[in-house]
Amino acid sequence: MNAYSLTLSGVKLEALASGALYWPEQRLLCVSDLHLGKSERIARLGGAFLPPYDTRETLTRLEKDLLATAANSVLCLGDSFDDSASSRGISEPEFMWISRMQAGRRWVWIEGNHDPGPLAVGGTHLAELPLPPLQFRHIARHGASGEISGHFHPKARVKMPGQAVSRPCFLVDSDRIIMPAYGSYTGGLQSSHAELTQLMRLEALAILTGPTMHAIPMPRD
Amino acid sequence: MSAIPAPIESWFQSKGWQVHPHQREMAERSDRPALLLIAPTGGGKTMAGFLPTLAELADGKHEGLHTLYISPLKALAADIRRNLQVPVDEIGLAVRIEDRTGDTPASRKKRQRADPPHILLTTPESLALLLSYEDAPRMFKGLQRVVVDEIHALAESKRGDQLMLALARLQSFCPGLRRVGLSATVEDPQGIADFLAPHPDPCDILMADPGPDPDIRMLETDEAPPWSGGGAAYAIPAVLEQVKQHKTTLIFHNTRAQAEIFFHNLWLANEDSLPIGIHHGSLDRAQREKVEQAMVRGDLRAVVCTGTLDLGIDWGDVDLIIQVGAPKNVKRLVQRIGRANHRYNAPSKALLVPANRYEVVECVAALDAVKEHDLDGDPRGPGPLDVLCQHILIAACSGPFDPDTLFHEFRRAGPYRVLTRAQFDDCFTFCATGGYALQAYDRWQRLQERPDGQWQLRDPRSAALIRQNIGTIQDTDTLKVKMRGRGGAPLGEIEEGFAASLTKGDTFLIGGKIVRYEALRELVVEVSRDKGRKPTIATFMGTKFSTSTRLSHRILRLLQQNDWPDLPPHTADWLALQRDMSRLPRPSDIQIESFPHDGMEHTCIYGFAGRNAQQTLGLLLTKRMEEEGLAPLGFVATDHATLIWGLEKLRDPAPLFDLHALEQGLDTWLASNAVMKRSFKTSATIAGLIQRSYQGQRKSGRQATFSSDILYDTLLKYDPDHLLMRITKDEAMRGLIDFARLRDMIARSAGRIEHLHLDRITPLAAPLLLEIGKVPIMGEGREKLLTQETERLMADSGLANL
Repeated sequence: MNAYSLTLSGVKLEALASGALYWPEQRLLCVSDLHLGKSERIARLGGAFLPPYDTRETLTRLEKDLLATAANSVLCLGDSFDDSASSRGISEPEFMWISRMQAGRRWVWIEGNHDPGPLAVGGTHLAELPLPPLQFRHIARHGASGEISGHFHPKARVKMPGQAVSRPCFLVDSDRIIMPAYGSYTGGLQSSHAELTQLMRLEALAILTGPTMHAIPMPRD
Repeated sequence: MSAIPAPIESWFQSKGWQVHPHQREMAERSDRPALLLIAPTGGGKTMAGFLPTLAELADGKHEGLHTLYISPLKALAADIRRNLQVPVDEIGLAVRIEDRTGDTPASRKKRQRADPPHILLTTPESLALLLSYEDAPRMFKGLQRVVVDEIHALAESKRGDQLMLALARLQSFCPGLRRVGLSATVEDPQGIADFLAPHPDPCDILMADPGPDPDIRMLETDEAPPWSGGGAAYAIPAVLEQVKQHKTTLIFHNTRAQAEIFFHNLWLANEDSLPIGIHHGSLDRAQREKVEQAMVRGDLRAVVCTGTLDLGIDWGDVDLIIQVGAPKNVKRLVQRIGRANHRYNAPSKALLVPANRYEVVECVAALDAVKEHDLDGDPRGPGPLDVLCQHILIAACSGPFDPDTLFHEFRRAGPYRVLTRAQFDDCFTFCATGGYALQAYDRWQRLQERPDGQWQLRDPRSAALIRQNIGTIQDTDTLKVKMRGRGGAPLGEIEEGFAASLTKGDTFLIGGKIVRYEALRELVVEVSRDKGRKPTIATFMGTKFSTSTRLSHRILRLLQQNDWPDLPPHTADWLALQRDMSRLPRPSDIQIESFPHDGMEHTCIYGFAGRNAQQTLGLLLTKRMEEEGLAPLGFVATDHATLIWGLEKLRDPAPLFDLHALEQGLDTWLASNAVMKRSFKTSATIAGLIQRSYQGQRKSGRQATFSSDILYDTLLKYDPDHLLMRITKDEAMRGLIDFARLRDMIARSAGRIEHLHLDRITPLAAPLLLEIGKVPIMGEGREKLLTQETERLMADSGLANL
């Protein structure tokens, strides 16, 4: 499997090329910012009619990761749905698909800023989840440690002469991991943004997702 | 229709002017449904367009809008308003003239809708916006005439398609509407007439006296042009000498980057401090206006410029045109030359300055073509469907509509006269439901049917979004550049991709200044002055034209001569050297050279197929090379050749060039390349699938906005036959991909390939290394380099050992 091994608070974790994080010891797969139902929400609000295949695409990748890792727990780290109505608005087949993936697995939805409150799908709904020594929540908190969060959709840029390659990435230091967005219709925030440079230690790494995974010192400018 | 009323006739006499025969004829035939006037610059085209209007308004009885004037440039609309006001005032006509562009204050725009002037001057985009309002039929009631200025320029882009759809709409409001097109010299007047005609009504063509042939030569310099490069720095002393000898000189360049470099070098050599300005589309508007005003006042001796000065604004007394860089296209060259000397019947004076030795050849070929009046051009394709989608949405904004009526209205527009009902229905479905194979949006349809069979917007809020998105002008993602510090002067803009490659301390040229990259703040690139360091060159958006097929064929023929008495010795010697070291390309085969250079393997393919097709060839070949494990890293294309570099040597090119295989592989290949994604982004924006990115939205919605490439990839995977994918492919095949010229290339050579292995770079291949616009290949070779770079970063930071 295309993965990058790392350690947080003594816990061995695998950052996957898809943007998911796997905890082998717990057989737990963690994904963040799925933004399911995004295209439907934009159309509902009078916006553009984007290709309505984003939910399908995101679930396809999730299913692939579940099969590859044989995870028996799934943790969705918030903004799993583009808004609370989206969890009711996704199509019947997609709803069934999620139920099928949930069968036989522990499934936790962490609350995000896009989808606060309970959702219209099965599984456990929590504001945060402590799994000592790790702590899972949607938005990182200053001063936390052993924290795994999402929200920012971080991406990082490698400059080479005459060009730059920018990819979604995990941000990692000794206190926390900030996960890339897993949803297909998502943009990103450069690691150089002040909110991220303030959260991450100076020696933080950015682990780029993509055909091969690359770790670099987190770009700050 | 009567000719010219006495007061106007006597005004001409009082000025000591003659009414030109074509002006008189335009007035006499002003009752025709459509008239196209082809006249050289300085032929009084605009007056010819407006004479019938002034004649009809002379009695002061007309109420409301009489004539709508459309120009491709905001500045031109304002310029014509000022120029037209003079005769109106002097003749004493009670005629109200106003312009309306993106720059017009909102209060005046509002008043214009309630109480329109007699003559309104505007742009295609502003007209399309006006038509999206519910009160459009009232505003345009009584409209008699439409004058389309510089129609040859509008016909070259989707702006023209948009305008013709808008005119079809106007024609529905005002059935007696007459239209006039004003055009510079073109190779195919009938093509423009078909474009303008309100089908099935005809469009008459009126040809003015083309005037005397231009006085055009190649600039003679003491120093020979360099072997490579596009800067033409060698010609600076000779150009300055010419500027001194003339009143006002326009120095045209093909790209903004070249204009920047040349301007920079010109100032370094300008010991007499002659007042010389620079003008191109990426400069800040205030800076451009300053240059324009100085020119009109006659304060400038020369302006270094790009195509933004191609159109007919009266910039004062220009008596010399200098074209730096090969002209690419003989028609555009002839139109450009016409900018010198606005006196009718005086020959325009122009000089060509090749930037390097290859361009000497191209310039000589172009001079021959000008002498022989051998203009080039490609026939216009049918009207693009993304523009049609936009116009369905514009119609929906203005109120409920009947699709049948709309279909018949669109068919009256020249570019859409062959539109099929099936094509229209596809566009209509796309606008109503998104048109996806997966019926997802039935609940949220954008357009819905009313009980009376008419269609309307489901959510009135969407009208505002649609209006924001009106227009077809490409909107490359750019970042503003300003001097560091509070209130630092805005300088212009650069491409986001170029900005992303900059690191603090890097220097680049903008507006003729060398600046140092300091920081990116709130989507503004902050820079400081930096004197004396060697700058890198910013990449700007802006079209790069391909050398036309006719001109390319002339060049190939010229290369076949035994000797070249028409070429300066330095260039003739160079071609002879290429013949000695390698071989000169021939029409009867495709020449390929392979050689090592700079630690990488290079392959140069001389296709003479024009920049776009050579670019396509680069993409096609690198894909095949990637499959064969040759690890290509990138390529660059010019009008005559494609240069590919990579980690492995190409041994046998023949399998790569099988046209059948190329064409068969085209579909899968097309699917995943950057050119298609760029094309998709443009069409998706025009068709209303994605919103233009506004600075504000990009700032606040940074995580919400995502690349249009994601949408493209999604459609490719789940809905490859979607309307927008078909539009994208059509567009790319015709424009950026230009596959037809690759077909021509293989046909002319009957597929024969001449592959030469050399131990070093050849004279003819050398210029390609300095070309800008290198295309990186995101393949295995790139991943290898990325691994090296990331490992280096880790090692340098000391983090690798943690």
